[in-house]
Amino acid sequence: MRLITAVIKPFKLDEVKAALEAFGVTGMTVSEASGYGRQRGHTEVYRGAEYRVDLVPKVRVEILAEEDDAEDVIDVIVKAAQTGKIGDGKVWSVPVDTVIRVRTGERGPEAL
Amino acid sequence: MKIDGGSTAWMLVSAALVLLMTPGLAFFYGGMTRAKSVLNMMLMSFAGIAVVSVLWVLYGHSLAFGTSGSDFLNNFIGGFDQLGLNGLLETATKEDGTGVPSLLFSVFQMMFAVITVALISGAIADRAKFGAWVVFSAVWVTVVYLPVAHWVWGGGWLMKLGVEDFAGGTAVHINAGAAALALALVLGRRKGWRKEPMRPHSLPLVLLGAGLLWFGWFGFNAGSQLAADGVAALAFVNTQVAAAAAAGAWIVVEKLRDGHSTTLGVASGAVAGLVAITPACAFVTPVWAIVIGVLAGVLCALAVGLKYRFGFDDSLDVVGVHLVGGLVGAVLIGFAGFTAYTEASDPGLFYGGGLAQLGKQVLGAVAVLVFSFVVTYGIGKAVDKLMGFRIASDDEVAGIDITQHAETGYDLGSIHASGVVSANGSTATVTTKKVEA
Repeated sequence: MRLITAVIKPFKLDEVKAALEAFGVTGMTVSEASGYGRQRGHTEVYRGAEYRVDLVPKVRVEILAEEDDAEDVIDVIVKAAQTGKIGDGKVWSVPVDTVIRVRTGERGPEAL
Repeated sequence: MKIDGGSTAWMLVSAALVLLMTPGLAFFYGGMTRAKSVLNMMLMSFAGIAVVSVLWVLYGHSLAFGTSGSDFLNNFIGGFDQLGLNGLLETATKEDGTGVPSLLFSVFQMMFAVITVALISGAIADRAKFGAWVVFSAVWVTVVYLPVAHWVWGGGWLMKLGVEDFAGGTAVHINAGAAALALALVLGRRKGWRKEPMRPHSLPLVLLGAGLLWFGWFGFNAGSQLAADGVAALAFVNTQVAAAAAAGAWIVVEKLRDGHSTTLGVASGAVAGLVAITPACAFVTPVWAIVIGVLAGVLCALAVGLKYRFGFDDSLDVVGVHLVGGLVGAVLIGFAGFTAYTEASDPGLFYGGGLAQLGKQVLGAVAVLVFSFVVTYGIGKAVDKLMGFRIASDDEVAGIDITQHAETGYDLGSIHASGVVSANGSTATVTTKKVEA
């Protein structure tokens, strides 16, 4: 099993979610996040003053997937989240040892 | 003159309208701070109400509007003859010379003193010790506001000279604006100023406050006629159009300069227009009121950037809006002043009065500005020396609401729902002594 984490532009969440559902992903965890990558934030002008905003608002999507599905899920996310402009975000995956469904106590792939 | 029922009714309402401006200001300022400082900001205004109202009855009225035996001293300060509103109580039942009970005039003026103190607080958002602010406001109203109010309205030297200030452009706005500048310098910049975007946390609150201020300002300006008559109507109309014109002008400047017209711009612009028309509202035609509004909107919108150029952290732009707006209005009386209704000493330059009134207006504005700035700076430094004016640096970062008042403005989190969150974000645990059986 793998944990796939995607940090994407907030306005892309709906498209990513729809694409994942269409692919057959049954669950995800979404949280608000902020950060920066190579684009190093941006400057904003407000009330005549220029501010450097280092931490840009992002959305973090986390999905647990079976080993064989992981690459496909990642492709689905990347395709849906892409605008081609700076700040599109990142997707990565890490191996997961154990997953347990709290309600039933099921372990492993059955718990996904 | 008999007590005039119509005027008395209007003045009772006006006094209440002017009081409402201070809670309005609390919202206006409160929305502009970051979420972690909203309560402290609002509390500074409410503390002003509490402190100044009481002092006004005890000695404030007397020092502003009383008289002493010395004609020379009366140029600068009132006297002790009306301590505790002594001498005014009779007019609650008897007739006196104004058509409005003196007691009512006094409470109307009390509200002006209240809001003038509260206006200053916008310059020191996020970082002032609350106790120090309370002490400062008591000392400031005594040493700065009461003398200036006496100069302008109480028979002092500016009034004798013929300086015109119908509703408080100099006594309230230039006075508060100059004091705000002094206090911003005494307290210094907030941590992270210019590096972090310290944007308003709640623009709906700012608009609510601006709306309440606008509404209350009709009492402030039209009420300053102290009668329900044609001049009050003129002041009312001028108040409305100046605020409207300034709100429009401000957001046009923003659109041209920054590319966006903002909510904060509309709110600030309206207040700038209200400030600028305040001294002039009974002396100019409605068309001139529009001109004053436009000038105030444009100049104040540009002036709020001065703090970045000169490096003083006037957090909520009290200087840019109240000092600059007050100067615009006070000085323009010298150009556009027109005396058909009122007994202004000289008409302005455009109405054939020459430069006489303009000179007086500039003198009055500069005198109040310099006096207020210098004395406020001294009071601020003294308070800082005696009790410390600024909260600890860590407390400022954690948030002045939780560290000074043990409260938060918005109890939205599920984990920290009690609102009692320690500086590092963990919930406080209430420990009670366990009694062993």
